[in-house]
Amino acid sequence: MGNGAKKFMYVNRRAPYGTIYALEGLEVVLIGAAFDQDVSMAFVDDGVFQLKKGQDTGESNMKNFSPTYHALGDYEVTKLYVDRESLGERGLSQDDLMELTYEDEDDDYKEKPSIRIVDRKELMKLMEEQDVILNF
Amino acid sequence: MKFGILVNEGPYQHQAADTALNFTKAALQKGHEIERVFFYHDGVNNGTRLTTPPQDDRNIVKLWGELAKEHDLDLVVCVAAAQRRGIVDQDEAKRHGKNADNIADGFRISGLGQLIEMGIKSDRLMVFGD
Repeated sequence: MGNGAKKFMYVNRRAPYGTIYALEGLEVVLIGAAFDQDVSMAFVDDGVFQLKKGQDTGESNMKNFSPTYHALGDYEVTKLYVDRESLGERGLSQDDLMELTYEDEDDDYKEKPSIRIVDRKELMKLMEEQDVILNF
Repeated sequence: MKFGILVNEGPYQHQAADTALNFTKAALQKGHEIERVFFYHDGVNNGTRLTTPPQDDRNIVKLWGELAKEHDLDLVVCVAAAQRRGIVDQDEAKRHGKNADNIADGFRISGLGQLIEMGIKSDRLMVFGD
């Protein structure tokens, strides 16, 4: 990450298939990865459903794009903050989410979890630190 | 201050397009700069010249085009979002074998990199949407 990189946070607020926001939001993240900025993603409200494991869109004729989240680590998108309360409100816990990891190049390429469950206070603080927030 | 403007909703269906337009106008009036206006999601529908609202209503597409002309604004429609929704310029029409194009005056079609670049270059990025 070059000097003068900006902090970009992509805030995902919606369920994955009811609208196109999640899919097109993810496309922005993947393109944005080429720009060498300090990137993170946040998942709040129904956005936490985007990370649910075992997604199956077979009967809805929609493209299941959930495997793409596994590629985020290779794009150096390694900070995925998930709002704890949003999970709880929907009867979900971390066990219901995909296991997403990245290889830490600063730590002998050890595989580490990308998902970090945070409470709203922490998330608020993280948002305050950002230069650019894009919400989808 | 230099603003980047992201418009995520189409005109008429949603107030976001009007608010973005009015914000852009107000910012320019106050002497601020607009780095770029980027249209994403259904926001790409702000850029079709086939829009024909009733005569007693505002023509948002035309208003964008006029503002762009007056202030030399860069109005960019996301190519991927535009392809899904049938917004094409001459090049895109040719590339995909379509028999017509519909991009409005003052708009151009380009990639998502332009959105990220706008975020990097602007002092503040404003998102207008749902």
